[in-house]
Amino acid sequence: MKMARNIVLAISFIGLAGAVSAQGLDPVLLTKPATDSWPTYSGDYSGRRFSSLKQINQTNVKDLGLAWVSHLAPGPGPTGPFVRHGPGNPATIIGGEIEEAVPVRGAGHISGAVLQVNGILYVSIPDNAWAVDARNGMVLWHYFWKTKGGTHIGNRGMGMYKDWLYFETPDDYLVSLEAKTGKERWHKVISDFNEQYFSTIAPIVIGNHLLVGTADDLDSPGFLQSFDPETGDLQWKWYSEPEKMGDPGSQTWPNLDAMRHGGAGTWVPGSYDPNLHLYYFGTANPTPAFSGVTREGDDLYTSSIVALNVDTGKLAWYFQPSPHDTHDWDAAQTPIIVDGEFKGKPRKLLLDASRNGYFFVLDRVTGEHLLTVPYADSLNWATGIDKLGRPVRDPEKDASPGGALVSPDSDGIVNWQPPTYDPQTGLFYVATDEVYSVFYRTEPNVRALQGLNGIQEQRVGQMGKYITAIDYKTGKIAWRHLQVSVGEGESNTGLTTTAGKLLFGGDANGNLVAYDPVNGKPLWHTHLGQVSNAVETYMLDGHQYILAASGDTLYAFALNF
Amino acid sequence: MHRVKIVSFVLLGLGAAALVAEQPSLSAPVQEPGANEPGANQTTSPPPQAQPPGLPPARVAPPSAYPVRPPADPADVMRGRQIFSANCSFCHGSDARGGEGGPNLIRSQLVLDDKKGELIATVVQNGRPDKGMPKFDLTTEEISTIAAFIHSMPVGGRAATTGTVDPLVGDAKAGEAYFNGPGKCFTCHSVTGDLAGIGAKYVDVRALQGAMLSGEGRGELSEAPRKTVTVTLRTGQTVEGTLDQIDDFIVSLTDANGVYRSFPRQGDFPKVVVKDPLQPHLDMLRTLKDEDIHNLTAYLVTLK
Repeated sequence: MKMARNIVLAISFIGLAGAVSAQGLDPVLLTKPATDSWPTYSGDYSGRRFSSLKQINQTNVKDLGLAWVSHLAPGPGPTGPFVRHGPGNPATIIGGEIEEAVPVRGAGHISGAVLQVNGILYVSIPDNAWAVDARNGMVLWHYFWKTKGGTHIGNRGMGMYKDWLYFETPDDYLVSLEAKTGKERWHKVISDFNEQYFSTIAPIVIGNHLLVGTADDLDSPGFLQSFDPETGDLQWKWYSEPEKMGDPGSQTWPNLDAMRHGGAGTWVPGSYDPNLHLYYFGTANPTPAFSGVTREGDDLYTSSIVALNVDTGKLAWYFQPSPHDTHDWDAAQTPIIVDGEFKGKPRKLLLDASRNGYFFVLDRVTGEHLLTVPYADSLNWATGIDKLGRPVRDPEKDASPGGALVSPDSDGIVNWQPPTYDPQTGLFYVATDEVYSVFYRTEPNVRALQGLNGIQEQRVGQMGKYITAIDYKTGKIAWRHLQVSVGEGESNTGLTTTAGKLLFGGDANGNLVAYDPVNGKPLWHTHLGQVSNAVETYMLDGHQYILAASGDTLYAFALNF
Repeated sequence: MHRVKIVSFVLLGLGAAALVAEQPSLSAPVQEPGANEPGANQTTSPPPQAQPPGLPPARVAPPSAYPVRPPADPADVMRGRQIFSANCSFCHGSDARGGEGGPNLIRSQLVLDDKKGELIATVVQNGRPDKGMPKFDLTTEEISTIAAFIHSMPVGGRAATTGTVDPLVGDAKAGEAYFNGPGKCFTCHSVTGDLAGIGAKYVDVRALQGAMLSGEGRGELSEAPRKTVTVTLRTGQTVEGTLDQIDDFIVSLTDANGVYRSFPRQGDFPKVVVKDPLQPHLDMLRTLKDEDIHNLTAYLVTLK
């Protein structure tokens, strides 16, 4: 008995030593294509979600099997069912500024990026963060933030700089933890909780900048902030709307009041070009979301793709997929940067499948528009495409008392779920959902609409969920694979491609599936019940892992070894 | 902005009651951020900068049928606001006036009838799975603070009425012509048969319109007809039934004897043919004009 115990302790000690030896993140890793690790939201800065790993490939994917499962236990209680024992094993680390957390229904689910650095996974859901051994799913530490409230819709993951982690809370704090121990270093206020901001985005580390977004569904303005990752001090702050009348873009608003309450949160991470020093991301919709009467004009920079200089926070260029949006169609979807050919010329490109159902190709140096094409059949809200490449909104499709039949619905053809680009096929992949809704205005005074209110939306038909593959050079749909199900099905999934000629995603019935990226044919699957984040992949000890999440549980798959 | 999965197609829920309760003579106040703090919106006159230009001067809401409530304990309202923000605000809006999918609660008839959370608790603790609302394991005491928060907000507003929100905007005669003409509704439906009295069965015009478009009963009339499936095995044998589930890998059905059966799928084998009785309704969504929808609705409303 005694001997057995000593052996266990010895093994724990070895494991601990291994884990401690190299925990920090080498910043150079962030600028390389995703391979061994997954150090930032999309795997790397490009947003491609393409891994150059090919140990798992079309030939052997049929042998992919479960490596481990890890169920995470949120809340202030024990850290989880499968936790590290031995000296220094911590209880759940508790943070927060109030005595007792506001009760939150349910645990939340993993619906963002899981970082993998030096064999350790860093995973988060609202108010909770864990370090997990990437070899077997064992919980190393768990941090719990006592919330004051705020919308607990999701947490898109953590950011990492050297030995430190960062995540946002629904009550608008940026919390920094020691990666080794989970102990809090500091926390900072991101935005004003009393103005009904809530914060979900994964912080993005670029050089010595920590890019932090926030959002608001009522009517406060969106902004992106850059903090010093060491101290948490503010470096710059970029507002989604011009700050005063007369500033560039202010001519697209009728007055200062509308502009200052124009919304446009920053809630989905973007991509980054290290050579151009530009960070590209999409802003959220304007507010009031469903009526433009009090904000006549294009409402810049709402529902826009913007390029910011990462050192100064200054706007380099913008492109607006949904000018004067009236259907909650933000442009927050992660854009993908690709160096490729367009019309016979090599170009630095940015590809973006927007929530409004249009696919855009831009020159990412200048913002020059190159291509606009619908990537869903059901769209009926635009009368055409203007000379700047922007869809022209049909005002007849705004919410009205008698109802306007519109596709997409307010969730969009795609929502936050990330697309992927596979350089081997040259195709851009996105999970799409084609729904018709009737939008009713239920507020008699059209000027009194605020935030998301004053309307009723009735979904009346789903035409189908698909994985859609787009040839960016022409905008043509290369193939579409119907995500068949008996009912409406599970939420859209994010997608990931690998050099093993595989496209991973979840289907409408909760299967995790590997598809052939050339034609969408399923090659392997397993039923998880729901796939709640986009698949990631990494290499450890010579084995390639496929990591997926379903609710509050992580699943890792590998070839039998 | 953010996405939540709304399971149900119809987002009536509490909103169905809200529609009934809606008074065209009143409207929501324009709120400044932070106006939901306890006490902040006890007034019907928000800060002047919140007022959009061109709006008539603020005035106090006229007496209404809405309940007049004694002020709640500010601590309860604050607590309720916090719990609401963490659990409810995404769908119902941070000001409870409607959000991502969820209806306006302030004018919900159920909320208006509620005193201290007793009616709200039933909905919160049981959910409304048919409407896509999950159940929440909040205590009765916690829900009573949510009720205090919701009840602390004024039901009526200050703004003058402009326009109407009567959803009945169509022309019944034109709708009848469309029904019997280009709409081809008559090929499947009869106003003296399956649609007899439909205008009386739906009290809510939007619900009727939604049922008309989707073809589903929406819980107010009959169940929606189910999809059926025919599976042809390699042997040539066919199995038919109502479709239980289908994806790329499995198809399952319940046959005429009530027996559940499932079959693995591999590419084109077995051959699977699904029939959706509502497919014509889906197909028409691609071309239907709003004017025809409104006219058809106006016509169906007359079928008492």
